[in-house]
Amino acid sequence: MSLKPEDVKNIAHLARLAISDDSISDYARDLSSILDLVEQMNQVNTDHVQPMAHPMDAQQRLRPDAVTEINQREKFQSIAPDVDSGLYRVPKVIE
Amino acid sequence: MQWETVIGLEIHAQLATKSKIFSAASTAFGAAPNTQACAVDLGLPGVLPVLNVEAVNMAIKFGVAIGAEIGRESVFARKNYFYPDLPKGYQISQFELPIVGKGEISISPEEGVHRVIGVTRAHLEEDAGKSLHDQFPKQTGIDLNRAGTPLLEIVSEPDLRSAKEAVAYARKIHALVQFLNICDGNMQEGSFRCDANVSVRPMGQTALGTRAEIKNINSFRFLERAINYEIERQVDLIEDGGRVVQETRLYDADKNETRSMRSKEEANDYRYFPDPDLLPVRVTDADIEAIRASLPELPEQKRQRYVEQLNLTDYNAELLSGSREIADYFETALAAAPELSSLLSNWILGDLTGALNKSEKSFTDSPVTPELLIGLLRRIADDTISGKIAKEVFEAMWNAEGNADEIIERKGLKQITDSGAIEKLIDDVIAKNPDQVQQFREGKEKVLGFFVGQIMQQSKGKANPGQVNQLLRAKLKP
Repeated sequence: MSLKPEDVKNIAHLARLAISDDSISDYARDLSSILDLVEQMNQVNTDHVQPMAHPMDAQQRLRPDAVTEINQREKFQSIAPDVDSGLYRVPKVIE
Repeated sequence: MQWETVIGLEIHAQLATKSKIFSAASTAFGAAPNTQACAVDLGLPGVLPVLNVEAVNMAIKFGVAIGAEIGRESVFARKNYFYPDLPKGYQISQFELPIVGKGEISISPEEGVHRVIGVTRAHLEEDAGKSLHDQFPKQTGIDLNRAGTPLLEIVSEPDLRSAKEAVAYARKIHALVQFLNICDGNMQEGSFRCDANVSVRPMGQTALGTRAEIKNINSFRFLERAINYEIERQVDLIEDGGRVVQETRLYDADKNETRSMRSKEEANDYRYFPDPDLLPVRVTDADIEAIRASLPELPEQKRQRYVEQLNLTDYNAELLSGSREIADYFETALAAAPELSSLLSNWILGDLTGALNKSEKSFTDSPVTPELLIGLLRRIADDTISGKIAKEVFEAMWNAEGNADEIIERKGLKQITDSGAIEKLIDDVIAKNPDQVQQFREGKEKVLGFFVGQIMQQSKGKANPGQVNQLLRAKLKP
């Protein structure tokens, strides 16, 4: 399978990655070869194999429902680029 | 052409845990912005999500209550999209293996009609924060207190055929999650939100039409209106030669219309994949059975009990088991006076519901508490007051003038049951109206009503109507 330059641009956009135009063909080639590898693995018959969600054979540990976090807003907001009235400020998002 | 509507609902119920689904920050509503958003909720580097056991238990409760298969191994997945109310750049949700599988809910959209609606699945996910667009002129303010609040997303099959059915289904789920104590159901605060997938197709066609997803619906009334608007829009569009496009539309309650939501992300391409930070969640049969055993009585069981043990009518039983609030009110009052079940159900569904609706109050903040109402009904049952006077006492109780006994005493409303006193009233009225007496004796039965009216008026409504009738007939006999 080979990716077109438009596919690479779209993937980069969805992942919010800035890539320069002259590197697109390199990415297209590299990503395509990964997809080729996947295509090769698709040849293996996996009819009786359970899909695996996680490589470790373990189960999720659960946490009791208790509030133990305290308010650390001042600390968190001291590293934020723009805050006002307790809110984080970002460029206007209009739906 | 005849059109058929096909609706599926996605309901987001905020689970009533104390802490968030993947962090130990509080979920309490109404705190100052960002004071309940910890490092995990902010998506700071190096943090790991740890799953809240109660969120899992609550989801299982719901699954058991709708007879669904519970996922013995369910998996969390990342749903990737960029929006500032979601600092990680992805929402942790479930995709291929949800915790709750196929189940069903029976609804009664109108009296005597019953339909079974399929629930496709219900999965756990985290809520996003809140964007405040009006706070600043050139920026959007972000409050991440809500980020990470556990949600159960309940997805229905496209089994609903009208706005009315959709509302009946949503109400049923709303009542159920409250009975289960897993969601407070507060729609104003966003604890219970509905999105509707609506499409139309020519009657008889099996293939589904293109659907639009309507968001931003925060009441049952708006759900019905939004769907009806959308049905009309789609039918008009198709009949004018146009085509419905698959899109998300926002409902505007002020204008009663839906309009296309221009999304910055053109195509929804969420690129789900299993979240490597979270292991599969395993649920055993023993876990499920323990939860099943802990379930409270559910609306359907209540309805049956009301009919079979309390002899209530089907209709009254359905209404009294229709929400947690009304059922709690009814049962609190009933516990004090089980013998008054029928009178009680009529008063709750009649005068009390009327008064609450009129003043837009709920059963939990009714000025007439279950204790006060029972106090009043006892005085009706023991003939201290008539049903008519009782309405006057009810109104006084509503206005916080005291309990029934105090009001009856203060206003002198006690029913006159002393037959001597009633006879005296009758004698006076008979003496003043010889013409009507004559008419009655000539066979004009209707005149009896006139006499009763006069006597009740003289007694200011306090004479026992049964006794008045009986004594009056005796005295009018020639």
